This record gives sequence, structure tokens and C-alpha cells, in this order.
Amino acid sequence: MTAIVNVSLKAGVLDSQGKAVHHALDSLHFEGVSDVRVGKQIVLQLSETDKTKAMAEVTKMCEEILANTVIEDYKIELI
Amino acid sequence: MKVTILQFPGTNCEYDTQHAFEQLGATTEIVWHKAESIPSDTNLLVVAGGFSYGDYLRSGAIAKFSPVMKAVTAYANKGGKVLGICNGFQVLTEAGLLPGALKRNDGLHFISKHHTLKVENNDNIFLEKLDSGDIVNIPIAHHDGNYFIDEVGLADLEANNQILLRYTDKEGNIQNPNGSVSSIAGICNKNKNVFGLMPHPERAMESILGSDDGVKMLEGFLAS
Repeated sequence: MTAIVNVSLKAGVLDSQGKAVHHALDSLHFEGVSDVRVGKQIVLQLSETDKTKAMAEVTKMCEEILANTVIEDYKIELI
Repeated sequence: MKVTILQFPGTNCEYDTQHAFEQLGATTEIVWHKAESIPSDTNLLVVAGGFSYGDYLRSGAIAKFSPVMKAVTAYANKGGKVLGICNGFQVLTEAGLLPGALKRNDGLHFISKHHTLKVENNDNIFLEKLDSGDIVNIPIAHHDGNYFIDEVGLADLEANNQILLRYTDKEGNIQNPNGSVSSIAGICNKNKNVFGLMPHPERAMESILGSDDGVKMLEGFLAS
């Protein structure tokens, strides 16, 4: 099973990279972009085949190391 | 006085820190991160600056799982004095020994220059040789020095006099180089035995090299 973890700064925490990218998009005349958030994606190959167990395990990974929950949110997708 | 300095893969300020404390007359020992204990005669434990684990994932995120960190946490929880400088500050916040987190500088650039700082609270061993309101000139060198803490956490820091230093101009007016909440450059924990700051006092030990304001800061630990 593959777990895709997306980590990004929480809403309310200023995302300087997102702001810079937004500014660059504006400069290139891409209109209609109201906000940009830049995050990171971590792709894990898991031996676990049970989705519930895999979700619990990856959630633990996120809480312990993959995300810093003081400033970041994470989303887990299993495929 | 024995100062123990931690070294992770990627730490690069351990020898400067050693030099600074030896200049002040302390005995020092550099301890590799694989150690499972720290020397029993340690009076001060310093997590030195650098780029532990290449700053991979987040600054300090991987270092917090190094074997030595269990001993560091136990030492801090027993009241042992711990100082984190730059990457060391990042490691201590990741390890939960200090509140908040350090994120990418608002300007997205690595900043390396001297900066003036205002002493906010000196009722702690680190800054007791200085007065509140004193201005010190200390180098900063970081990419992820943008201190973040939520409003509740900030109010806590204020209420307990845990804000040690703020980035200011020479007159003490706020001048924020990296976007830090409330222009914070350094903090301590509630018990005032764990200290963290982004600027490098160990690089401000001789006036011929730009500033010796770091002497008064680091000396505080020796007096205790």
C-alpha cells in the first residue's frame, strides 16, 4: 500500500513561500488566483495491507515526526 | 565549570562554542549524538548551531530522535541548564523542551549579519549580567529563524517573563529581520533552565571580530 502524506503550514500561519509564488503568478498575469499555499509531499511504501491499521500507523508517524503540529497540518491518502 | 556541547551530523558551531567557553575559563567536552548519556559533571549542556541532518524534513526534526536526546530531556527535566543556539534552538523546540517552532524567514533568504537585540528579561541565569533594556550586537546566521507561537502561547511567554531577546535597532525599536512573532530572538522555558536563541553569542567574543557582547551573555552561566 502507498501512503501519500501532504504537509502544509496551518491556516493562520503565514506561508512566505506561498506568498512569493502568488506574487510571481501575478507578475506572469495569471489572474484569478486568490491564495497559494506551498507544502511538501511524502510518499511512503507500506507493507501493511489493512487500511485502518495503515491509517493509524501513518497518523502516528505524522504526529511524531513527519509534521510539526505547532505550525503544520497533514493529510493522509492511502492507495 | 563543565560545558558539554552536542555534536550531530551537520553541526558546525561546536568548535566556536568550545572556544568561546574555554576563553571564559570553562572546561568543555564535545559529545557525539550517538552517546546515550552525557558526562555526569556537566554544569551546562549546549546544543550548538549548524545544520543537523542537513535540515532535512524540518530544521531539528531528525536530530530530536538522536540517542543523546533522551539524556538531554532527562537532564533538562531534572533542572539541568540547557542552551540551544540557532540550530540548537530549533532542535529544542522540535524536542518539545521549548515552546513554539522556527519556520522559514519571511524574506525566504538566508540572513547572515550582525543584528542588535534588546534584552527583555534578565531574571534568569543566562542574561543576569545584563540589564533589561540593554542592547547587544550579536551575529545572526539562519534560514529558518522565523519564530512562531500562537497567541495563547505568546501571552504565556509574556506573563512568565520567558521572552529573553527581541530583534531591534540600536535604539531598541523593533526591527524584525525574519518575521518572528513579536520580533522574538530568544526565549526560555517556564522553569528558566532551558534557553534558546537564533543569534550566535559564541561568535561575539572579541571586539576585534566585530563585537564582544556575547561574553556577558555566556558568562552568566559560569557565575551560577
